[in-house]
Amino acid sequence: MSNYIGQSIKRREDDRFITGKGKYTDDIVLPKMTHLAFVRSPYAHAKINSIDTKAALAHPGVVAVYTGEDCGNFGVPCGWQVNFKNGDTMKEPTHPLLAVGKAKHVGENVVAIIAETLQDARDAAELVEVDYEELPAVTNPNAAIQPGAPQVHDDIPNNVVFDFALGNPKEEVDAAIDGANHVTKLDFKNQRLAPNAIEPRSYIADYDVTVDKYTLYTSTQNPHLIRLLMCAFVLGLPEHKVRVISHDVGGGFGSKIYHYTEEALVTWASKQIGRPIKWTSDRSEAFLTDAHGRDYVTTAEMGFDNNGKIVAFRVHSDANLGAYLSTFSTACPTYLHATLAQGCYTTPLINIDVTATFTNTNPVDAYRGAGRPEMTYMIEHLMDTAALEMKIDPVELRKINFIPAFDGVNQPGYQTQVALQYDSGDYHATLDRALEMVGYDQFRKDQEEARKNGKLLGIGFSTYIEACGIAPSAVVGSLGARAGLYESAHVRVQPTGSVSVFTGSHSHGQGHETSYAQFVADTLGIPMENVDIIHGDTNEVAFGMGTYGSRSLAVGGSAIMKSLDKILEKGAKIAAHKLEAAVEDLEYAEGKWTVKGTDKSIAFGDVSLTAYVPHDYPEGLEPGLDFSSFYDPANFTYPFGTHIAIVEIDKDTGKVTLKRFIACDDVGNVINPMIVEGQIHGGVAQGVGQALLEGVDYDENGQMITGSFMDYAMPRADDFPFFETDRKVTPCPHNPLGVKGAGEAGAIGSTPAVANAVMDAISHLGIKDIQMPITSERVWKAMNS
Amino acid sequence: MIPAKFEYIKASSVSEALSLLNKHGDEAQLLSGGHSLIPAIKLRLNQPKMVVDIGKIPGLDNISEEGNNIVIGANCTHHQIATSSVVQGGVNVLAQTAKEIGDIQVRNKGTIGGSLAHADPAADYPAVILASGAKIEVEGSGGKRTIDATDFFMGIFETALEDNEMIIAIHIPKSSGGVYLKFSQPASRFAVVGCAAIKNDNGVSIGLTGVADCAYRASAVESAYNGDAKAAAAHAVDGIEVMSDNFASSEYRAHLAKVYTERALNALA
Repeated sequence: MSNYIGQSIKRREDDRFITGKGKYTDDIVLPKMTHLAFVRSPYAHAKINSIDTKAALAHPGVVAVYTGEDCGNFGVPCGWQVNFKNGDTMKEPTHPLLAVGKAKHVGENVVAIIAETLQDARDAAELVEVDYEELPAVTNPNAAIQPGAPQVHDDIPNNVVFDFALGNPKEEVDAAIDGANHVTKLDFKNQRLAPNAIEPRSYIADYDVTVDKYTLYTSTQNPHLIRLLMCAFVLGLPEHKVRVISHDVGGGFGSKIYHYTEEALVTWASKQIGRPIKWTSDRSEAFLTDAHGRDYVTTAEMGFDNNGKIVAFRVHSDANLGAYLSTFSTACPTYLHATLAQGCYTTPLINIDVTATFTNTNPVDAYRGAGRPEMTYMIEHLMDTAALEMKIDPVELRKINFIPAFDGVNQPGYQTQVALQYDSGDYHATLDRALEMVGYDQFRKDQEEARKNGKLLGIGFSTYIEACGIAPSAVVGSLGARAGLYESAHVRVQPTGSVSVFTGSHSHGQGHETSYAQFVADTLGIPMENVDIIHGDTNEVAFGMGTYGSRSLAVGGSAIMKSLDKILEKGAKIAAHKLEAAVEDLEYAEGKWTVKGTDKSIAFGDVSLTAYVPHDYPEGLEPGLDFSSFYDPANFTYPFGTHIAIVEIDKDTGKVTLKRFIACDDVGNVINPMIVEGQIHGGVAQGVGQALLEGVDYDENGQMITGSFMDYAMPRADDFPFFETDRKVTPCPHNPLGVKGAGEAGAIGSTPAVANAVMDAISHLGIKDIQMPITSERVWKAMNS
Repeated sequence: MIPAKFEYIKASSVSEALSLLNKHGDEAQLLSGGHSLIPAIKLRLNQPKMVVDIGKIPGLDNISEEGNNIVIGANCTHHQIATSSVVQGGVNVLAQTAKEIGDIQVRNKGTIGGSLAHADPAADYPAVILASGAKIEVEGSGGKRTIDATDFFMGIFETALEDNEMIIAIHIPKSSGGVYLKFSQPASRFAVVGCAAIKNDNGVSIGLTGVADCAYRASAVESAYNGDAKAAAAHAVDGIEVMSDNFASSEYRAHLAKVYTERALNALA
């Protein structure tokens, strides 16, 4: 039996990635291809009085110039409907491909210029004259809903997208908070982040008049969903006339899930001019227009009894969704966020209240973790803060409140107060292991010693849980999703026994070509080299919902397993016929069917050849060995873990240095430990980035003042120690591989651990909290105020 | 990113470069390592009609010892300076400073002449150039002259260079002890505050960068210093209008200037 599962096999795709041979959208050059450049709004909020494109049109090489008036009827939709508490439908303004009448955020597309070369397009863009009348702008989600605030959309009063609540009745939660022995309350801003995938967004549309078909090459995380949204909800095209191809994609972190205006625009315009059109974002455009993450203004309170047991948790957030509703934006502060308010704790009463607002800023959507990092930050930051306030050890406080271990098989899943049922978990196990790794008792001694010597050391904890493997279609449908969240897989056994796997998952850094091949090869008992993983092309893959929400292996992998089951079932019938035995008498191992207790066997490749050359074949059985499956998960999956940060603070400058970072995660079964560890490392780096470095800032006029890598502090290798990681395994009880998902865990768990470590280092100086990013200046000011 | 169109000329001599500057005036700009000019051109914040590449002019990338000075050609890269045994032996603090600039790619292309001429108020070199009492050798159509470092930096991106002058070399007096410490801006890694302290016959000289609109010599610190670093460092921003930006308010930056001056003095002692 081959044994690939559990091995840290080097990623097959890395050869091409690290030798510059990847095939990214911008690498593609089509015959007669034109180039598109945008004129973007320099104002956060401005009336467009007129646009003069004459000089641009006259510029050499210019093929076409479009304004909002030319394609004003098209608008990209939001993919998730959330209703107001009173049942009214959320406010969903048209998101035009090019601004019509008003520009509503800096960077909004206003004019599209298509030319023979990018140079021509860019030069001509400078010749467009737009007469703007600047209007007052609002950028803060709380300010946006105050009386008299600038109105982003004239027909949407008070800039409210919707209001939303989840959990127990508010009066019960209020009463429990009022009656609590101790209440920890924090006001904070979960700051806006720029995703900054290394490959900027890039699109090429190619309309072929001879067959009346479109091809869209796009750097997306989910080509089928883009096709569905664009065809059905934007341009009104029949899907069979549109092929969407997403070859290699250089990172997404959520920002490439969404259907962007630029994608629809190039597709539409390609037919207008009858030629291919390429648009590739530059880094400045990426900062301004790739959907941002986070941006909540929050008040959160946690009430405790005199034993340190949580009695209630209450949250109000104003969530900034930007000027328009991006594809999954509305799901982030609601169903991906409020549903996680249980954390790992037995909190009996929870109420999460959210007001989502429009502002004159770039749209905000899911960014690695999507609503869950924000909730985890609240819960875990409150836990450590409460521990400090109540003078209880933060580890002890967690142990008092943990949900007891349950495997979801012998013990039932855990029903939360906020709509979810956790599948399996053992929260003590990862905490205990992480404590062992960090050497907690010794650390406390070191900390005391350091303080005597004038040094500030701190330790911070985060015992997170997340909900991923999204998602059961009926559940998300009842919550407003406008798409199902199942996955498809097609496994084609070639006549000679090699295997092509077509998956609706999309790999943009996750390493599916390797990890998927590992479990497929193991399941079939064949060499990995005989397995090829194909994704990212709507003509090759039947359908797919793409990759985000740590769903690929748990949902996409399960769909593949379903097809493999069908293949082995049919293969057994063929084998039984060839071996002149009953199917029940066969066993399958090491790539062959054997008649139990005999040496009579037939190899997988001989069976597949028989399936395609069916001369001596079971009566009534169809030829071929080729199966499609759709897998709709029974539940979300719930990875969890413990992250511990140790920081040292320079008391003269306030500079925080991360000295150690320990992560013990439980993501269920693991196919490729190296890939999982890589996901954890990358996620932790992003989470620490939020805690200490990153933040998109707009000034009072709505101008972005952090629009380059000179101004937006991305974390770098030298900002970190080497992360110390380990895993525990509590298999997922409801999918065939027992996997839970690892893509977001690092980013969800790490942020509060670092913030808590900072507070642990300096709270004895009378400091209650510091807003993220916890910059040197903020720490210094807190220590000196 | 695609810049606006410009004409590119590769100069093969200083005189050719200067005559192009004379002829084209404001429309021509010099390109050396390109690490200040190219980003501005790419963003179309700067749209020169002509770019005169001086990066390959022979003779401008030498490092030599002349009497009590180390002479560094304007086209020497940061990497060249960081790894030069002549620099390390004569004015090691400059080699150490060069090592702090940007990243490997920047250090391989960026030049000392380009950096000084660009005069970014947060650049690293000016602190050391000032503290070491260096002289900047420049050439224009009227011939050569030298400018004291203290007269060279005049404001944000503003120097004592005339429009048609270019830097030829930097003459830096040898020093036996020196240190450059900086508090980096976390995104750009430029100096929020950078302090160079160098021993001299009269005691110590201090150059500060990142603090004000241009680097300056902290003479109030120098004259106050009598072994008590903390007391002397308290004068780090005397008479200085301290900058404020998204990464450091003027209050915090002034504080950092004092902290880093004190640390530099202590490191030197």
